[in-house]
Amino acid sequence: MIRTRRRILALVGALAATSALAACGSDSSAPGGDAGPPRPGGTLRYGLSQAPTCSDPAQAGTNQTLYVARQIVDSLTDQDPQTGRIEPWLARSWEISPDAKVFTFHLADGVTFSDGTPLTADSVRNTFDSVQRLGAVKSPLGASYLTNYVGTTVVDRLTARVEFSRPNAQFLQASSTTQLGILADATTAKPAEQRCLGDNIGSGPFTYAGWRQDQSATLAKRIGYHWGSAVFAHRGEAYLDGIEFTVVPESGVRTGSLVSGQLDAISDALPQDVPQLEAAGARLLTTVNPGVPFGLQANVTRGPLRDPAVRKALLPAIDRKQLVDTVLGPQFNAASGPLASTTPGFQDFSARLAYDPAAAKGILDQAGWVPGGDGIRAKNGERLSFSVLFSQAFAGNQAILELVQQQLRQVGVELKLDLVSSPESTARQNAKDFDITYYNTTRADGDILRSVFGVEGRNLNARERIPALDDALDGQLGAVDAAARTALIRTAQEQVLEAGLWIPTIELSQAIGAAANTRDLKFEASARLQFFDTWLSGR
Amino acid sequence: MARYVALRVLQAIWVLWAAFSISFVVLYLLPADPVSIAADGGGAGTPVDKAAIAELQARYGLDRPLWDQYTTALGNAIRGDLGLSISTGRPVTEAVAEAVPATLGLASLALLFATLGGVTLAFAATYTRKPWLRNLLAALPPLGVAVPTFWTGLLLLQVFSFHWRLAPAFGGQGLRGTVLPALTLAIPIGAVIAQVLAAGLESTWRQPFTEVALAKGASRWWVQRKHVARPASLPAFTIAGVLVGNLLAGSVVVETVFARAGVGRLTQTSVLAQDIPVVQGIVLLTSLVFVAVNLAVDLLYPLLDPRIAARGGRSGEATEAEDIAEEVLVRV
Repeated sequence: MIRTRRRILALVGALAATSALAACGSDSSAPGGDAGPPRPGGTLRYGLSQAPTCSDPAQAGTNQTLYVARQIVDSLTDQDPQTGRIEPWLARSWEISPDAKVFTFHLADGVTFSDGTPLTADSVRNTFDSVQRLGAVKSPLGASYLTNYVGTTVVDRLTARVEFSRPNAQFLQASSTTQLGILADATTAKPAEQRCLGDNIGSGPFTYAGWRQDQSATLAKRIGYHWGSAVFAHRGEAYLDGIEFTVVPESGVRTGSLVSGQLDAISDALPQDVPQLEAAGARLLTTVNPGVPFGLQANVTRGPLRDPAVRKALLPAIDRKQLVDTVLGPQFNAASGPLASTTPGFQDFSARLAYDPAAAKGILDQAGWVPGGDGIRAKNGERLSFSVLFSQAFAGNQAILELVQQQLRQVGVELKLDLVSSPESTARQNAKDFDITYYNTTRADGDILRSVFGVEGRNLNARERIPALDDALDGQLGAVDAAARTALIRTAQEQVLEAGLWIPTIELSQAIGAAANTRDLKFEASARLQFFDTWLSGR
Repeated sequence: MARYVALRVLQAIWVLWAAFSISFVVLYLLPADPVSIAADGGGAGTPVDKAAIAELQARYGLDRPLWDQYTTALGNAIRGDLGLSISTGRPVTEAVAEAVPATLGLASLALLFATLGGVTLAFAATYTRKPWLRNLLAALPPLGVAVPTFWTGLLLLQVFSFHWRLAPAFGGQGLRGTVLPALTLAIPIGAVIAQVLAAGLESTWRQPFTEVALAKGASRWWVQRKHVARPASLPAFTIAGVLVGNLLAGSVVVETVFARAGVGRLTQTSVLAQDIPVVQGIVLLTSLVFVAVNLAVDLLYPLLDPRIAARGGRSGEATEAEDIAEEVLVRV
């Protein structure tokens, strides 16, 4: 009986795999096309650009940490990077209550953690309870996904009911994230610091084999793994025997190591290194980070940016295409709204964000900002001048803002650049000590709008309540129906632009360099790497 | 002699205390709050929970008055407990102790290369009587100091690792993995040694006793070896403390370029994360090394130049050797 069910599951899985593969298509094709069928074996050597901060999936925040932690942990669900749809993984099916407060997950049978213990509804409860205990300091993302978490009830061995005190429609997508991946009791019973030392136990296709903080992390294939997500392209175990992540901070050294065959894939390949990579037969895998693209967020309590007309005039004053063409290169896109184009629920506002300096001038003229002797406008003795707080978290930031500075000058706006270290930028953002700040945020769900712009969210605008916006942001959390939720998320995007809360510039892209022998290295829906389908040819 | 040693040891303890206290004041006056940085989770875009930050601050004792934090930290430091890293949660002593061996290996090999190279260069430059060769060799040390370390490192990697594949490009341990980074680190340090030693050799060559020796029929080589080398090496020996500083500062860049674990990388990551306990642990370690090296120099000095012991220690009156060292350092 069990065998038949498994066979049916395998069949369903195979079908899902075929369709997923058909959907992916482009990113898995390698030059030459003579790769043949995937071959198991080999250890992939990967160069990270920064040290992972902690080995615990629940505490992972940065991309480089997630690239490692994602491989050792499975989540209840998976998100298809092509369609944005939520697909089965450890949970084969689920129900959501009409008020979006109760989520019931039916777990796959026969799943074990790498220490041999079985996956049960207790594991789900212990995992979520432990994320709640880690809290917003140790697991800022995990804790935010579990806002208003009441608890998890073990209905039976393989059924877990997760309850919230208020509607939380974003939780279904959150259940696909690395931070809410399901861990064994051996890990969830430990305190936060002890979960960072590289012995975390998950049910994922790889397990930790070595962890040296700030240096390297080694993963080994999990033998007997057969519960991959419906998004994966194949069934069974991973192809790679192992993955060796080494921290190589210098981008030139990463590129040189890839070209000279000392690494198989690298993080953060720089646009200027692309010719060198391509000359050596390597290629650049890119994907757009979902979430809120790069943009300017004004503190509406300070200086000329208090005037909504000034904020709205900035929208057509920026030539986004020029930013991409001049500074970044073809793997990047201009932003076309408050959400990046790969985020479910994204709406294209590119017409409204078209470069139109005359329109920007018109708005400012009408609002009474008159050009002064040096071309910079003023109103009632106040100069139309403000400074932008930013850090070099993304290498292109400074060059982009210098160009924005020139573009704004054309319409009579003075932008001063205030470059600080990442820690200082965070501190000043938290203290709301800036005129306008520049950054981006990754999340493959429209709920990121509530986190960033909600009056009870991070709200770096320091704004008061705007009913049309806040109703939409709160409303989408209660909307189980996908179409209704998308409509509310679209309203919210429109309201953010309408109030000039976000001046989008460019979409961040991940640029992974992959040697010719590295096949099918894929991005998951949140633009992080998934190595399950990856294989090595000709080594 | 006993009084001389006791005085030097007291001085060393005073320097350590000052390094601890000054770094404490400077680090805690920084505008950014390490806890909210740790809580930001890599720019997650989620609001930073005030209650959670307060809880973490309490855990690291950052909510107590500054003087209280200072006395506690000083007391703990004396007992060898430097607290926990805010970003990784590991004990600072453990993180620092783990980083030391790799840097020690790198620095020792670099010092060996630098000494061999610097001494050879200085001897060759002052020994030769061909003006063009002398000028060429004399121009090398300023060049060695001026060339950026990361550039040398990338150049060496390009040639020996990416092109000829003789050495690993990153994370290298053992001799094969340490040669390139040690060479990179040795260049500016060897340049300083060469410059100081050459200046010492030149000024010693101008001393009357060399002329006497030459007049007696001794060869230039014999005079250089027997009469010039020892007094001239004193200034180079004096700047040992500065060289140790160069080694530690250089290791930040070299360990980053070559992706090696060590004190330099630890410094870089913990400064970026404003991980105050770790940064302070590194400051303490660095000052300990400085103090130890200078103490060793002070204690060995009388052995090299008996006149110093006779005068009661080198700090009593500046020796000629120190004059030269200072003059060269100003030029460098």
